[in-house]
Amino acid sequence: MSNLDIWLTIIFLGIGTFLLRFSFIGIVGDRKLPEWMTRHLRYVPVAVMPGLIAPLTVWPQATGGDVDPARLIAAATALLIGSIFRSVLGAIFGGMTTLYLMLYLLG
Amino acid sequence: MGSHMSRTRSVYWQGIRAGAPFLLVVAPFGLLFGVVATEAGFSLIQAMAMSILVIAGAAQFASVQLLVDGAPVFIAVLTGLAVNLRMMMYSASLMPHIGKALIWQKVLMAYFMVDQSYGVSIEKYERAPEMPLNEKVTYFFGVISAIAPFWYGFSFIGALLGSAIPPEYALDFAIPITFIAIIAPSLRSLPHLAAAVVSVLVALALSWMPYNLWLMVAAVLAMITGAQVEKWLETRK
Repeated sequence: MSNLDIWLTIIFLGIGTFLLRFSFIGIVGDRKLPEWMTRHLRYVPVAVMPGLIAPLTVWPQATGGDVDPARLIAAATALLIGSIFRSVLGAIFGGMTTLYLMLYLLG
Repeated sequence: MGSHMSRTRSVYWQGIRAGAPFLLVVAPFGLLFGVVATEAGFSLIQAMAMSILVIAGAAQFASVQLLVDGAPVFIAVLTGLAVNLRMMMYSASLMPHIGKALIWQKVLMAYFMVDQSYGVSIEKYERAPEMPLNEKVTYFFGVISAIAPFWYGFSFIGALLGSAIPPEYALDFAIPITFIAIIAPSLRSLPHLAAAVVSVLVALALSWMPYNLWLMVAAVLAMITGAQVEKWLETRK
């Protein structure tokens, strides 16, 4: 990851994100997204984000790619808190606290 | 004119009040982003440039993570954009309400279109569709006035802190935990749960693929799964 890589990512992601936001209110105008498209777009975040972090959770780089019980337990805790209480911040806080606790106990 | 001004001012304040509770979400996210980005090797200026130019937390986290993994720039950008595709839906749903606003207003509204400003505003517009155009625009700017400064400010504080935090704090795991936390509340819906499960399983099964292609494959299959399960649930009713 070079300095240039970071800048290019920031600039292209910035421009692209602006165009996505501007698309309908600015360019496309008075047309609706077809129903099949909104139906798919609705699932984009939940399709991308779990896949992105799954390998990092199961094979974390910090342990050289070995399965780490502390991180798995922390991930499970965040998942449970988030889905039961529907609290994003609660899940982050609970997950990180569990991680520190487990690293201390199992470490 | 005087009453018009004071009415505009009161709509602006209504927006600020409606946006204010989201401070509790935006401030810690901003802080975490600043910390994670600088820990990943971003300079203070780069972390701030990203928070200012992109203003979309989840996409920023995703791109930073991929750069850390050594993914090429286009993969980091494409994944961030995929996370932000929902903004196109927001844009389409705001269009009937603010499509006739002035172009500079629409440019600013597009820039400030985030989950919270969209969610709060659309809820108001749908409750009061007869609201005049200028008030709809003013309300939106009120909402974002309560959010954006804190996003920038806390990103900055996080970036200042970030380089001072030692590796024992296991911040490598902050992004996975954050993404789990963002997704978890939606998993009570069957189509969302099905999409998440497919995404995880495909990503793990294909993680040997180069250039993070596994992520693209997992995302497309998971998206189709979510849409199909939703359709199936509808036809079953």
